[in-house]
Amino acid sequence: MKLGAAILTIIALASVPLWLRDPYLMNALITTGIFIIGAMSLNLLLGFTGQLSLGHIAFFGIGAYVSALTSLGFDIGLPGGFRIVHDPWPPIAGFLLAIIVAGLCGYLVGLLSFRVRGAYFVIVTISFAEVVRLVALNWIELTQGPLALTNIPSITIGLPELGSLTLRTKLQNYYLVLAVAVAAYVLISRLVHSHFGRAMRGLMENETLAVSVGIDVTKTLTLAAVISAGIAGAAGSLYAHYIRIIDPEVFAFINTVTMVIMVITGGKGSLFGPVIGGMIFGLLPVFLRPIMAPEAQWIAYGGVLIVILFVLPRGIVPSLAQRFAKRWNRSPAAGPVTFSERDAKEPA
Amino acid sequence: MASPATALKVEQVAVHFGGLVALSDMNFSVGEGEIVSLIGPNGAGKTTAFNVVTGFLESTHGSVSYRGTVLNGLRPHQIADLGLIRTFQRTSVFPNDTVYDNLLVGLHRQGRVSLFEAILGLPRARSSQRRLRERASELVEWVGLERRAHDLAGLLSYGEQRLVGVALALAAEPSMLLLDEPVSGMNASETHTFVQLIRNIRDRGVTVLLVEHDMPMVMSVSDRIVVLNYGRIIAEGPPDVIRNDPAVIEAYLGQGATRA
Ligand SMILES: Nc1ncnc2c1ncn2[C@@H]1O[C@H](COP(=O)(O)OP(=O)(O)O)[C@@H](O)[C@H]1O
Ligand SMILES: [Mg+2]
Repeated sequence: MKLGAAILTIIALASVPLWLRDPYLMNALITTGIFIIGAMSLNLLLGFTGQLSLGHIAFFGIGAYVSALTSLGFDIGLPGGFRIVHDPWPPIAGFLLAIIVAGLCGYLVGLLSFRVRGAYFVIVTISFAEVVRLVALNWIELTQGPLALTNIPSITIGLPELGSLTLRTKLQNYYLVLAVAVAAYVLISRLVHSHFGRAMRGLMENETLAVSVGIDVTKTLTLAAVISAGIAGAAGSLYAHYIRIIDPEVFAFINTVTMVIMVITGGKGSLFGPVIGGMIFGLLPVFLRPIMAPEAQWIAYGGVLIVILFVLPRGIVPSLAQRFAKRWNRSPAAGPVTFSERDAKEPA
Repeated sequence: MASPATALKVEQVAVHFGGLVALSDMNFSVGEGEIVSLIGPNGAGKTTAFNVVTGFLESTHGSVSYRGTVLNGLRPHQIADLGLIRTFQRTSVFPNDTVYDNLLVGLHRQGRVSLFEAILGLPRARSSQRRLRERASELVEWVGLERRAHDLAGLLSYGEQRLVGVALALAAEPSMLLLDEPVSGMNASETHTFVQLIRNIRDRGVTVLLVEHDMPMVMSVSDRIVVLNYGRIIAEGPPDVIRNDPAVIEAYLGQGATRA
C-alpha cells in the first residue's frame, strides 16, 4: 500500500472513537482489532509461505497465558519438592514475554514440521494447539484450569517524566490495539519486502528453483513461523489484558478457523487482506446477534464466506486490486479497450 | 597449454533407481574456466549427473567435490552457496512473479542483510536493496528481456522462460554454471544469441558444464566434451576428436545406422 493511503487509513481508524461512542461497538472493534493482528500473523505463514497453520490460536493463547501469569504471579510445585514462585511483574513485561515465548513455540513447531511440509505442518500445528489446550485445562495449579485466570491487570505504560498510565478504558485499549496492529503491519510489510520475503515467495512458487539459487528452506520457513507466532502471542497478550479473564476455551479450534476465514476472504498473500477480512468477520456477529440464534450465525458466516469467494475468488483485496489495475493501467494504446473491459467483468 | 586447476571432480559416481542403473562408475573433471559439454542420447543419465552434483539426488556410490570441498551430503542450497549453480531441463521460473522480481529472488545470495536491518529499514538494508534492483535490471538487459521485465514470467514464451532460467542462475553469481539443455525450445536466432551469452559468461571467469542436444552448438562452444551412453562415459575429448569417434557415432546414430 502506498504511504499516503496508509496514513489516511490510520487517520480514519484513529478517528473512529471520536464519533463512535457506543461501548458495545467499541468493545467489538477492540476484539476485532486483536483478531486482525492474529489474522495478519497467520497470513504471514499462509499467504507468504503457503504453510497452513491450523493450530494458530495456540500461539495466541500461549501469549495470553504467559502475559497473564507474568503479571499475576504464580506459585507452583514441581516433582521432587521444588517450588517455583513468581511475583507479579508489570503487564508490559508480560507482553514482551508473550512475544518471546510464543515465538519460541513457533520455532519448535517449525523445527518439528518443516523438514516435511504441507499436510505434515497442518497436523503438527493442530496437535500442538490441542496439547497446549490440555495443559491449560489440566495444570490447575498454574492456570486454574476451567476456572479461568481472573483479575488480570490492565496494561500500564510508563512514560519517562510523565509518570505511568494504566489503560483501563475502551478508548485507551482501542488506541493500544491500533498501535500494535500498525506496528505488526509495518513489521510484516518490511519482512515480506526484504530478501527474506522474496525467499518465502520463491519457496512457495517453485521450491526446487528456490533452493537451486541458494535459498535455505528450513531456515526461511522457521523464521516466518517464529515471527508469525510472536505476533500472534502479542495479540494474545492484548486480549488477556483487555478482557482480563482467560480460560482454556481460548484455544478452541473454532478460533483458528475464524482467523483462517479472515485471511482467505480478505486475500491471503495480501498485506491488507486480513484487515478487511478481519473487519467483516469480526463485526458480522455485532449485526447478526440481534437477529439470529448463535447456530444460525455460523451458517450465515458460511454463506458470507461462500458468496465472497464466489464473486472474488482470490479474496477481496487481491481480486479488487486486479480489477482496478486492469481498468486503470491499460491505456487504449496498450491493448484493445474492449478486451480489457471484458476481462475486468469476468469473475475469473 | 598448462591445464587449469580442477574445479569440479566427479569420482566413481553411480546412481541406481531400484534395479535401473542410471549412472555407473562415472569419472570426469572440469577445470576452472573451462566449457565442458556432457552429451548423450535421451536417458543416458545427463540430468541425473546434474542432480547428483547439485545435491538434488544422493548418489548410490562415489564422490563429488568442488574446489576441494566434498559435496556428498550437502543440501542443494548449501551447494549453491559454494557458487555451483544449475538450471533445469524443464522450464523453471517463478511463474506468478514478473521477470524482474524473478531475478530479485535469484539474487538471494547477494542480498543478505540481518533480519533487524531489514525490518528496521536501516541504511545498509536500503543500500543493499538498491544494489539488488540495479543488478536485476542489468541482468534483464544482459539476457535481452528488457521489454518483458514487468510481465509475469509464467506468461512468457518457452524460449523466453528458458532465458529467465539462465538469468536466474546468473543472478545467483555462480563460479560454475551447469546448464541442462538451455537452448531446447529456442529458435535459431535465440540459440545464436545464447551461444554468445555462454561465451560471455565464461569470459567473466565462470566455469560451464553444458548438457545439450544441439550438436553444432556443442561443437562450436565446448573446450571438451564428455559422452555418456546408458550411464557410462564412452568417450571424452576435444570436439574434433569426439566428432570422429566411432563409439560416439554409433551411440548417436544407433544400430539401425550401422546395419544400413
Ligand atoms: N527419479 C527417478 N526415478 C527413477 N528413474 C529415473 C529417475 N530419474 C531418472 N531416471 C531414469 O534414469 C535414466 C537417466 O535419466 P536422465 O538422467 O534424465 O537422462 P538424460 O538427462 O540423459 O536424458 C533414465 O532411464 C530415466 O528414466
Ligand atoms: Mg535430461
